[in-house]
Amino acid sequence: MSATDTQAGANSLRSGPDGRGRFGIFGGRFVAETLMPLLLELDGAYKAAQADPEFRRELDYYLKDYVGRPSPLWFARRMTEQLGGAKIYMKREELNHTGSHKLNNVMGQILLARRMGRTRIVAETGAGQHGVATATVCALFGMKCAIYMGATDVERQKPNVFRMRLLGAEVVPVTAGAGTLKDAMNEAMRDWVTNVHDTYFLVGTVAGPHPYPQMVRDFQSIIGVETKEQIMAAEGRLPDTIVAAIGGGSNAMGIFHPFLDDPEVRLIGVEAAGCGLDSGRTAASIERGKPGVLHGNRTYLLQDEDGQITEAHSISAGLDYPGVGPEHSWLSDIGRAEYVGATDEEALDAFQLCTRTEGIIPALESAHAIAYAAKIAPEMGRDKIIVINISGRGDKDIFTVAEHLGVKL
Amino acid sequence: MSRIARRFATLRQQGRGALIPYVEACDPDYDTSLAILRGMPGAGADLIEVGVPFSDPSADGPTIQKAALRGLRGGSSMKRVLEMVAAFRAGDDETPIILMGYTNPIEAYGPERFCVDAKAVGVDGLIVVDMPPEEADLLAGPAAAAGLDIIRLVAPTTPDDRLPVVFNGASGFVYYVSITGVTGTRTASTDELAHALPRLRRATDLPIAIGFGIRTPELAANAVRAADAAVVASALLNTLEGTLDPDGRATARTVPAVLEQLRGLADAVHAVSKTGSK
Repeated sequence: MSATDTQAGANSLRSGPDGRGRFGIFGGRFVAETLMPLLLELDGAYKAAQADPEFRRELDYYLKDYVGRPSPLWFARRMTEQLGGAKIYMKREELNHTGSHKLNNVMGQILLARRMGRTRIVAETGAGQHGVATATVCALFGMKCAIYMGATDVERQKPNVFRMRLLGAEVVPVTAGAGTLKDAMNEAMRDWVTNVHDTYFLVGTVAGPHPYPQMVRDFQSIIGVETKEQIMAAEGRLPDTIVAAIGGGSNAMGIFHPFLDDPEVRLIGVEAAGCGLDSGRTAASIERGKPGVLHGNRTYLLQDEDGQITEAHSISAGLDYPGVGPEHSWLSDIGRAEYVGATDEEALDAFQLCTRTEGIIPALESAHAIAYAAKIAPEMGRDKIIVINISGRGDKDIFTVAEHLGVKL
Repeated sequence: MSRIARRFATLRQQGRGALIPYVEACDPDYDTSLAILRGMPGAGADLIEVGVPFSDPSADGPTIQKAALRGLRGGSSMKRVLEMVAAFRAGDDETPIILMGYTNPIEAYGPERFCVDAKAVGVDGLIVVDMPPEEADLLAGPAAAAGLDIIRLVAPTTPDDRLPVVFNGASGFVYYVSITGVTGTRTASTDELAHALPRLRRATDLPIAIGFGIRTPELAANAVRAADAAVVASALLNTLEGTLDPDGRATARTVPAVLEQLRGLADAVHAVSKTGSK
């Protein structure tokens, strides 16, 4: 039983996954036999850790004194005034150490890896936020670290690549495919299957084979738990709408999950529409994909009629993935959460809106959530409340943004 | 009795081990891969694995990854793979054909329709790399109804108490992934095989094939001394790749080079006498 299971009632939407790691038809463990015993061991170790108060105590200590939690819930007064509708609050995950929500999950998993006696960590990264977070905890605990990153992403996220190397990680550029997150994920899985004896695969999002989607969600749920307390303290009620960006979907799952059983709270996941949902150059897996099996789980995937996975496109390296976490696929199918798209252009506009009105430079990933919130806020009454998850800070993206604005740095 | 069971029974009577070569469909084009497939039994193949190209072969090393991409560029699709098997069957009704691939192209085709169509064109068995026993129900029913063998993978990491789970529902033969790693990289040592095989024999009566890292006639012979069959994939694909022109197209050397290498492997495998051993 996970902590969330014990809190959730029989008809709760928070009790998944089932014993097979499924959320409805989604999820599961589609991996080579070599990895199956490791997943079973991981599942057992995770359950044991959850049941151990010492694990929780240790995690809380690092979350508070190293990550810097709790993160604030900020009332975005100027953006609210400019948009002229619902009150906008921002959950400030960009203020965590390393600049994104990624460290919440990484801290939990590194403590688990240590309990399991693993000495080497492999991880995949897209924008590099997860890679930086992973390299950071490996430095903190003195563990070996290999980060797989698509060659295209290595190029467009240079500051993060340098950061990871400073932290002592080996960054391995992956040239297969389009050289983005999907290809990095394949290569990280190949490393894991080759080095099973000492290596822990530290997955950065709510995807992959069970128990990763559940485990990453549980570690990220701290975002939603804090949001609930903070909005109750600020407004005395729950928000009307929560908006979060979706690549694999870990920041969204983290803020959504504690609200799944509060039907009055509308949950909106914003996928990267890229050049437009129907442009053929998009990363909107739920809106334009079909259920299929990739990277260990069944979920919505961008694929052709033959089941070949197609390349995703987004200006944001962190959202440039043709799949999505299986729990999101399920939440979409049952209608509990809505999934929409924001284009590259809309994200760029929102990036500037947030920067100019709030003095907060958001990650391009988070800018997708801001873009959609900015679209719906004016249509909502001034008595309504939107919470946007600002999943990361945008320092890493200034080169990309400058290029699109025609500025040479 | 299935073609696979029949073939292994014959080999056992003859006191021989089996060589199972691998060909990637449509690598680098349909006609070339079909010519290789058709030439394989004559070059000594006892059973044949036909690789179904997938965009994201996460359990495969660089050699099969490249072959899969060439196959996709060469026009592969599940429909085309099945056409290729049908074309092969028109001239060979004896050599078992096993399709090897990943779950998603099967799921996209539709598992039931896939099993019916695969059986109809003369496929005998399926190896689905990313479908462990825990997810096998997707194919178990349709495959059994169609009469297709499900070949299970077993790995060095599979503990003894899990072997019954892996072998439950297995048929045809068992594929031992002899190393922890991806295809076409490291080779298991004779000691490792000597340790592994008795462990598997205690848990199953099915024939056992060894795969991953078998690239020379000597290694193939070692494998059939320990087990019942040797699977060779990356070594043949490397040879194929080496014959392609700078644009990745097949040349006159492509088919003969692959089959010649196969003949050398088969001779070594067939020189091993297994009389008296199980």
